[in-house]
Amino acid sequence: MGDSTPANTEETRGAGPAGASLAAAVRMHGITKRFPGVLANDDVSFEASVGEVHALLGENGAGKTTLSNILTGLYRQDEGDVELYGEPVRFHSPRDALDAGICMVHQHFRLVSPFSVAENVVLGDHRAEGRSFFVRERTIERRVAELSERYGLAVDPRARIWQLSVGEQQRVEILKALYREARILIMDEPTAVLTPQEAVALFSTLRAMADEGKTVIFISHKLNEVKAVADRVTVLRAGRTVETVDAETATLRSLAALMVGRDVQEARPLEEARHLADVYALEIEGLTVVGDRGEAAVDDVSFVVREGEIVGVAGVAGNGQRELAEAISGMRSPRSGSIRVAGRAIEGGDPREAILAGVAHVPEDRLGTGLAPSLSVTSNAVIKTYRRRSLSRGPLLALRRMRDAALRIITRYDVKTPSPETPARNLSGGNLQKLVLGREFEDEPLVLVVAQPTRGLDVGAIETVHTYLRGEAEKGVAVIVMSEDLDEIRALADRILVMYEGAVAGELRAGAASIEEIGLLMAGGERS
Amino acid sequence: MIRLERRLSQPWWLSLLVPIGSLVVAFAIMAVVLAVSGHAPGSTFRNMIEAGFTGNGAFSATLISATPILFTGLAAAAAFRMNLFNIGAEGQLYLGAIGASWIALRLGDHGVTSTPLFVVAMCVAAAFLGALWALIPGVLKAFANTNEIITSLMLNYVAGYLLTYLIFDSASYWRDVSTLQARAFPQGKPMPTGAEWPTFGSSVVVPLGFAIGLLVAAGLWVLYSRTRFGFEVRVIADSPRAARYAGMRTRRKILAVMAVSGAVAGIGGASQIGDFSHVLDGSPQGLQAAAFGYTGIVVAALARYNPIAVCVVAVLIGGLLNAGFTLQGVDFPSGLVGVMQGIILFCALGGEVLIRYRLRVTRRGRAHADAAEAAA
Repeated sequence: MGDSTPANTEETRGAGPAGASLAAAVRMHGITKRFPGVLANDDVSFEASVGEVHALLGENGAGKTTLSNILTGLYRQDEGDVELYGEPVRFHSPRDALDAGICMVHQHFRLVSPFSVAENVVLGDHRAEGRSFFVRERTIERRVAELSERYGLAVDPRARIWQLSVGEQQRVEILKALYREARILIMDEPTAVLTPQEAVALFSTLRAMADEGKTVIFISHKLNEVKAVADRVTVLRAGRTVETVDAETATLRSLAALMVGRDVQEARPLEEARHLADVYALEIEGLTVVGDRGEAAVDDVSFVVREGEIVGVAGVAGNGQRELAEAISGMRSPRSGSIRVAGRAIEGGDPREAILAGVAHVPEDRLGTGLAPSLSVTSNAVIKTYRRRSLSRGPLLALRRMRDAALRIITRYDVKTPSPETPARNLSGGNLQKLVLGREFEDEPLVLVVAQPTRGLDVGAIETVHTYLRGEAEKGVAVIVMSEDLDEIRALADRILVMYEGAVAGELRAGAASIEEIGLLMAGGERS
Repeated sequence: MIRLERRLSQPWWLSLLVPIGSLVVAFAIMAVVLAVSGHAPGSTFRNMIEAGFTGNGAFSATLISATPILFTGLAAAAAFRMNLFNIGAEGQLYLGAIGASWIALRLGDHGVTSTPLFVVAMCVAAAFLGALWALIPGVLKAFANTNEIITSLMLNYVAGYLLTYLIFDSASYWRDVSTLQARAFPQGKPMPTGAEWPTFGSSVVVPLGFAIGLLVAAGLWVLYSRTRFGFEVRVIADSPRAARYAGMRTRRKILAVMAVSGAVAGIGGASQIGDFSHVLDGSPQGLQAAAFGYTGIVVAALARYNPIAVCVVAVLIGGLLNAGFTLQGVDFPSGLVGVMQGIILFCALGGEVLIRYRLRVTRRGRAHADAAEAAA
């Protein structure tokens, strides 16, 4: 069992029986929510009792956030009912949900940083003090101090938000909910920003709230903390409810299995199908990359990729995969370590250098990074190759030849577009991805870095993209696939690296890796 | 509730219909304003068109008004195309005038009389100084990511004071100190006769500067739509991240585009010296009076940053300015002229919105739900 969240389950868990015997505070039944091209929630049912901490567990895109947005009135469900304390409710706006006593603490805090803690607490509250024209600071401060005392939320009511640590800011968000007398508190991945010690303190606060008869809904994809804090766990997967289980009796392994699912297509057996020579197309040694917030997003990572090999990089979003991809493709300078492509070291931090060295990159953000949205399909098809002698005459562009190159990609990779002059942003997601892939393939790369290759695509397009990627590997290209979708990783990869908090938590042979094992590594658990 | 919604595609006829519609609206509003202030709208409009375009010699005068704003319009269009908001064409034009007059005086001192040589030298010197001046905000933008709108705008004042200083507050090379009168009333040295730029045509007189402006416009069009440089500029304008991803050198492009923009504005300054004033005029009634640089921004916006369209718009706005000079008189206050010019520009720019967006009337509640879902 993992110990990155050192909470003692026996101490933090309350005495309340973890069953459906208690009155249901929230009952959501048959919730379906569609977005264009995506079924975010598909007949989801969920029930949380009075006085319990109920965890919603699932991978990214499993539908946890959509479900909580429905509960907080931000979205309206297409089908299904919501009941609060036995009364059917229908929210028309987030304010309706607030009035019904539902508060949500988002992953990204909704605080005004130059304002004081007390001011933030009353901000937007449309009862009593929040409503009055004058801000009665003393009253508010006294009340806030009282609440923080009672729930062990140490924070100075007169401090300004910008002076507070992230953990303290989260406490302000919780105080906001308590001040509004919320009966149901939703926490969206609250520990993502906390130190282990802060997480322990948070868990005891949540437990205290539950003991008072409030309901806490705890959204997470980290197994050990779900087990540490929750009474019951509802597991969502691909927009559906999988099961609700008792946290006490569940094991990390059983939770991981529920979260990632069993109905996985068999991984491609490696050694029988393909014999890979030990020729390294990409060698990465001690690579450390700094992320946007100044943290070591990639921390001393080393690995190699052979010619013709597909290496899958699995992990929950935000564990350094994006920064790793950006470092290899030159979009981000490494702080230390080395990257060698076909034996030649590259400096890093210069996309053109990486392109010339033979690195192709399919970024996570297709439209905006991979493609210039308002430029034509033709322009986008030659966005990396326009400098070539074959596509220009002196300083002038060879427009006809550019168009021919675009048409070649359009026909070869089946990009459906009204014309080569159509702006890229008018194409569908699948066709955008085919355009990007086609362009990168045509450049005959040695190394191909692909991030989230099928995110947001429909089933047909996913198959096509997978076929294309396998085809490239057959041709001898070293392919790195970063994906949060384990099925995808297992369907494509010869070898799997699991990233957790910037480091490679484990390396597995695709044929031998069980889905539970990968899930456990992704969630920070150790390998058995 | 009325909402603006971005158009997914812009049908071609819209870019013809909207400007014409805007003009119709503008003339309708002007008719009301004129009627209220006691002027007959019909005859006023007739006078305007005559004074700006159809009257005897009117078009020649319009071209004179159009020449400087053609250059500043092209300068603005060149930079704005890459979302680089160079507001400094005004100052870059002053610097061009300073450079052009310096080289002209120098060549005159050396006894040069060949006009073609003067024209080339003046344009080169003006382009050089204009580019240099524009590179100040360019370098700051490229290496320190400062806001080029602020820096280029502030440099306009610096350039304006520099111009005043050269003529009024110093015994500079540009200042005429040959006579007692000139020493008492500061003024610039007159240009040598060879430095007067020729004109073409008889019934309509085309200044050389205007012709050069047309050539510059054609050059810019080729640069932006047919070269690798232009391709890179388009990608950077649309998505700087995509440009970086594709390995383009964004920083160099910022410098190059600012230099091109400044150079074009600078040649506008040379044209002011060579075509019209034949002296570096540092007085508030001189180069600084007309605010060519700022009018150029309006020209560029109306032309949607297309250099060829800038030529047309510059002539139209030039005609409007020229008609204004003619119209104003005892019974027609200059304030009213300004109001009419303002109405036309306002309607023309306001109409632009309709090309890019469409109006949609929605019920309130629905719009909120849409917005909430779009936000997530």
